[in-house]
Amino acid sequence: MALTAKTLDETEYFYGHKACAGCGGSLAVRIALKVLGENAIAVLPAGCMSAVGFNFPQLCFGNNAIISTFAGTASMLTGVQAGLKAQGITDFHAVGFAGDGGTADIGLQALSGAIDRNDDILYICYDNEAYMNTGIQKSSLTPFGAKTTTTPAGKNIHGNLRQKKNMFEIAAAHDIPYAATASVGYLNDFIRKVEKAKSIKGTKYIHILAPCPTGWGVKTDETVEIAKEVVDCGLWYLAEYENGSFTLNHEPKEFSDVSEYLRKQSRFRHLTDEDIEIIKQSRDKKWEYIHKNFK
Amino acid sequence: MARQFLSGNEAFAYGVRLARPQVISAYPITPQTIVVEKLSEFVEDGSLKSEFIHVESEHSALSCAMGASSVGARAFTATSSQGLLYMAECLPYAAGGRFPIVMMNANRSTALPWNIYGDQRDSLSQLDSGWIQAYAENAQEALDLALMSFYIAEHKQVSTPFMANLDGFVLTHTYEVVDVPTAEQADEFLPTFETENKMSLTKPKNLGFSAGPDTNTFFKYKEHTGLLNVKKAVTEAESRFESIFGRHYSGLTENYRTDDADYILITLGSISGLVREIVDKLREQGEKAGLLRIRYMRPFPNEEIAKAVKNAKAVGVLEKDISFGNEGTVYTNVNSALQKASISIPTSDYIGGLGGRNISPGEIENIFEELKQEKSAVKFLGIEVR
Amino acid sequence: MKPYLREKIPSGFDEIPDTTSYEAGYLVTKNAGWRNVRPVIDTEKCVGCLNCYLYCPDGVISRKDGKVQIDYDFCKGCGICKRICCVGAIRMEAEK
Repeated sequence: MALTAKTLDETEYFYGHKACAGCGGSLAVRIALKVLGENAIAVLPAGCMSAVGFNFPQLCFGNNAIISTFAGTASMLTGVQAGLKAQGITDFHAVGFAGDGGTADIGLQALSGAIDRNDDILYICYDNEAYMNTGIQKSSLTPFGAKTTTTPAGKNIHGNLRQKKNMFEIAAAHDIPYAATASVGYLNDFIRKVEKAKSIKGTKYIHILAPCPTGWGVKTDETVEIAKEVVDCGLWYLAEYENGSFTLNHEPKEFSDVSEYLRKQSRFRHLTDEDIEIIKQSRDKKWEYIHKNFK
Repeated sequence: MARQFLSGNEAFAYGVRLARPQVISAYPITPQTIVVEKLSEFVEDGSLKSEFIHVESEHSALSCAMGASSVGARAFTATSSQGLLYMAECLPYAAGGRFPIVMMNANRSTALPWNIYGDQRDSLSQLDSGWIQAYAENAQEALDLALMSFYIAEHKQVSTPFMANLDGFVLTHTYEVVDVPTAEQADEFLPTFETENKMSLTKPKNLGFSAGPDTNTFFKYKEHTGLLNVKKAVTEAESRFESIFGRHYSGLTENYRTDDADYILITLGSISGLVREIVDKLREQGEKAGLLRIRYMRPFPNEEIAKAVKNAKAVGVLEKDISFGNEGTVYTNVNSALQKASISIPTSDYIGGLGGRNISPGEIENIFEELKQEKSAVKFLGIEVR
Repeated sequence: MKPYLREKIPSGFDEIPDTTSYEAGYLVTKNAGWRNVRPVIDTEKCVGCLNCYLYCPDGVISRKDGKVQIDYDFCKGCGICKRICCVGAIRMEAEK
């Protein structure tokens, strides 16, 4: 039986934190911990979630939690589970919560190493599509066209020029036991995936899109809706990788309007029709690939 | 106790096995690699029960060790030179986190230019990191240090990570007859690792938090105190060690014929063996020479050094490093010790052995000869300043 | 356990721990001051679907007697709950 809001652990493990109002990242961390329960041992690198949750003496994790170096989330997780295993302790869930920068850029090496060793850890990337904690700088998961402080949008260059790196497929390419994508706009799907990961031994990777109202330029109450819309317009897909194959969890019957999704956010408001056409085409190309390769 | 013919690296690995670390993170780098290779053999043959993690970089090696330590497991790793610098971010992290990890460092030159041979620039460049730093002279001391380092690091009033240094190639790869204690003796010496500084399912904690301007200094002062407490932990460890294994060690420094010495050469690591021979030779010739071997660079033995040299006419420091734009780091530290004790005798710095350059008996005799001039100077061995 | 407000705020030298580790879930400040508006639940209209509870980023909405209640000590007034409620049982009121 899949977990629902009614059957979810009522305890709040991540509470009293100083994240921005409406923070998508904090919603992802909060829900994951409610699924994993009090024996979750969390590792968080430098980034938004650690910055808002660990300001001595305001310590916002009711479960065990530790901050790792920026690049060291996965390697510290490896050490945590090895240290407990060596002491004969087994009833715990080692979970990492790292941002897109801490995962796809500086943390990529350690993550790859952990997956390669198949360490028994769950790694969750909360993707707000930029280095938000330091004030909105481009990461390798910043989407095409997004304005950030290091990819300003002006007359000559219209924001970020590179496409979003596909971390889900990179994890899958390691032949990881389990990988999945998710969105804070579809929490029941995310809950199901965390629950599934909880029961699998070996390395698990879940990549959850977690909008940042501050960095995306939307209002604080729009987080969940925009996280739904990014899936509904096809720019993000909900899928899983397990046992060597990809499964698509949700296909919108018809994509909602991409330009509507983009123009709602001030980080995209400068985009021209040509830019949006590029985005639509790359979305279509991706979905062609999905139709060919995902079940 | 069995006597075996071991290299410095092997001896250290035997010592680590006796200490029963629960997690070992391993990454190869010359000239340390043999340590982790040996440990992997011990894990394979069942004589060492450890989680042996093949990390993918040195940064991950120390990060992994910290993760293990943060849940109360005894953790070990090893590195050298470029690897030490790659994990440099994690050094103050582990020290500030008060994780009593033991790390063996094979002293090796740092690039550029590339050089795999032994000098002490790697560890000496990291003196400020908050780690305990000890320097072994020979393979026996290396094995003993491997065991003692865990005791000292885990001491309740210390709780600080420990970097055990062995000179690259000169000590790591040369062979000696070494007494290898039994597991029973080792277990008697080293208790199991107990700490409150950990995440546990029965007592959840939040670790590795941030501390702002109001409280940061307090944390740093407590860290500093932990390092200063190493002195008494070393005394305790060595006395306990002697009662079980019968071998005596002399604390943060070792004095060799310094009591009535006119000219004292201060040095660290394996070169001390050669200096000791030269001191004996000079003494036979009627010269009052002495050797002061620094065993621990952190905490720095200010008092021990001041006490040993206060009646000398001149002091020299022989070290295998240079702090560019100034002088050798050991020299800087020694001068400070003398200054604090109001000892004003001429001190000279002799920088040698960089990139594995050999230091000859003749060069050491020359140093003692130059000390007689009782002038302060900073000199590079083998380079005549034009 | 859920983090909760404590009376003691460790600040002096002797109150600071010796290591960078401390009791989990130790809170000393509220987030109430962040709000300009506060959500108010009409329990008559509320059908107990728990969507607001699920989607609150701060976890300040908790279950009570088949419906929900809000911890105003830690609500930041983001308004997601109001948007997600499909029966219009939540309105945002100006903070006094």
